[in-house]
Amino acid sequence: MGNRCAVIGVGQTRYQTKRRDVSIAGLVREAALRALEDAGLTFADIDAVVIGKAPDLFEGVMMPEAYLADALGAAGKPMMRVHTAGSVGGSTALVGASLVQGGVHGRVLVVAFEKQSESNATWALSTHLPFSASLVVGAGGYFAPHIREYMRRSGAPDHIGTLVAVKDRQNALRNPYAHLRIPGISREMVEATPMLWEPIRYLETCPSSDGACAIVLAAEDKVTGTPAWVHGTAMRSEPIFRAGRDTVSPQAGKDCAADVYRQAGIADPRRDIDVAEVYVPFSWYEPMWLENLGFAAEGEGWKLTEAGCTALDGDIPWNASGGVLSSNPIGASGLIRFAEAALQVRGMAGEHQVDGARLALGHAYGGGAQFFAMWIVGSRKP
Amino acid sequence: MPSEDLAATHVLEFPGGYTRTTGPVIGRFLTELRDRRLVGVRTAGGRVLVPPLEYDPDTGEPVTDEYVEVGPAGTVESWAWVSSPRPGHPLDRPFAWALIRLDGADTALVHAVDAGDPKAVQPGMRVRPRWRAETSGHITDIACFQPEVTRIVAPVRAEYRVTPGKALTRFLEGVRDGVFLGGRCPRCVKVYVPYRISCPSCGTLIDEEVQVADTGTITTFAINNLPDPRAPQVPFVSAYILLDGADTPMIALVGDVPAQEVRQGMRVRAVWAPPEERTLSMDNVRWFAPTGEPDADPSELEGGA
Repeated sequence: MGNRCAVIGVGQTRYQTKRRDVSIAGLVREAALRALEDAGLTFADIDAVVIGKAPDLFEGVMMPEAYLADALGAAGKPMMRVHTAGSVGGSTALVGASLVQGGVHGRVLVVAFEKQSESNATWALSTHLPFSASLVVGAGGYFAPHIREYMRRSGAPDHIGTLVAVKDRQNALRNPYAHLRIPGISREMVEATPMLWEPIRYLETCPSSDGACAIVLAAEDKVTGTPAWVHGTAMRSEPIFRAGRDTVSPQAGKDCAADVYRQAGIADPRRDIDVAEVYVPFSWYEPMWLENLGFAAEGEGWKLTEAGCTALDGDIPWNASGGVLSSNPIGASGLIRFAEAALQVRGMAGEHQVDGARLALGHAYGGGAQFFAMWIVGSRKP
Repeated sequence: MPSEDLAATHVLEFPGGYTRTTGPVIGRFLTELRDRRLVGVRTAGGRVLVPPLEYDPDTGEPVTDEYVEVGPAGTVESWAWVSSPRPGHPLDRPFAWALIRLDGADTALVHAVDAGDPKAVQPGMRVRPRWRAETSGHITDIACFQPEVTRIVAPVRAEYRVTPGKALTRFLEGVRDGVFLGGRCPRCVKVYVPYRISCPSCGTLIDEEVQVADTGTITTFAINNLPDPRAPQVPFVSAYILLDGADTPMIALVGDVPAQEVRQGMRVRAVWAPPEERTLSMDNVRWFAPTGEPDADPSELEGGA
């Protein structure tokens, strides 16, 4: 795993439908300055900048990282861009961590963003090339059939997706940065919303958000403030069109989890991990990932959700921050998971803090569930 | 027989219009306005009144003789939308009457905001005056206020010449002839549909072309309630269909059956366009329709979703 690496600063913008008051540069700078302030540092203390976002088609700005160098204090420093679709926020953190773990840099600023209001993600994800016959309409249209297959295989009752939709929005009410804050959110409210891509209801899907997230990573001798130590990092991918590919529980996700658990010495994730921030853009992905990530046996994930195990007061809280279901600046969504995991083990998650959290999972996935990024962070040194 | 009600139009208008002697305070405001400057007057208590008043409304005392340049930008404090402008209104299209507090002022003035759409107006909105070409020292020297520039539209258009490539061309030739072509990986022994020349799993070159059936089984599906140009109506069903003889499902439209009656495991057959209408395109397959055969067990489908 290389040298020790820690998260020493976290910065987030408020996530909302439209940030009309700032440019993309202003948006990323807001998150970056907050992360630096958290670490007690300035841009002068940073050796390199790693930036991530979803495809350029989302804002129509080609290679935005080039124009954002000034806003991120990167002039005269190494700067690079990471691309891995929806998992990019997680991958960006891992690329930043690798620069520290490999001894290349002492302090790295990692930033990810999306300004979805500049266009429309469903449009950007549904650009149909001539000759192809894909009938997929946006991310929801892609994932709905796999959710249906999960429901069939597991025999999960229909209301499980609703429970997650309510639970994550209840958590969001405790997170001042969250986008969807729906007072009195209830099962009835979710069930009353229309099916967009059946079996996915409107309130069982994530919002479109503008926002940015930033973290400062440091080598052991460069740590300032309160560190969250990196205990394991892993990325995996798999071909989307492979015959026999299990799209409900992709092998790449299982392999990625096994790798990161091995590095962090985790034998039983449900027992050993205190809190998890997992990429759940459609509510049914909570039970699906509970199984894929080994928190439950195959076909059993929904039972943890139904029993309240993943609630803030459950034995393994998932998405205490409100998760992707409550805030989705796509390119940043993965980094927010990683950053929220760090906040938890630093004891700095505010009203959605899980008491005594010492070990946390940050998870992101992207594309057609074919890219995975994960890390384990802890309050003690690895 | 009742007589008709008598009515006549009567105009009461002083010939040439009334004059208004401005006095020094309002006169200064209008003089500055004619020069395209906005000024307020300071009260003894230090407040800046825009438009200026001769007497401080708080105390009744005369205002000071200190004039302060304000604006030209300001902030909308409150507004009312006028959807049907009247002849005397400053604009001939829908607009907002707004209370606008100019930068540096402590009070708001009423003026029109040309915002286009009521949804575009909100408290806190930043606006600037649009001046008339000719000014005369009248409040209408400002034609209206207009929003500050906060957003531009940046059209981006990329035009590509797309060729389907050898493998997809071969597949589309099959579709033109009413058959689905796949390729069998010699190493994985899996049949990929559409036909392709390399295995996505192991990278091996695929050179064995396999014709698969135009019947298959729905492994899973979505009922889409969002409209899409490629589907005739909503809701429409997009399904993963595992063609008989294939190892990878293809996504296609399901038709000739109500959306709520589509099932995992349902047996379907391609509905082809008539031969004379076919081209090198997937449009040759209109959709897949139920065959009426008994459902297959979805848990036994190789390839899955």
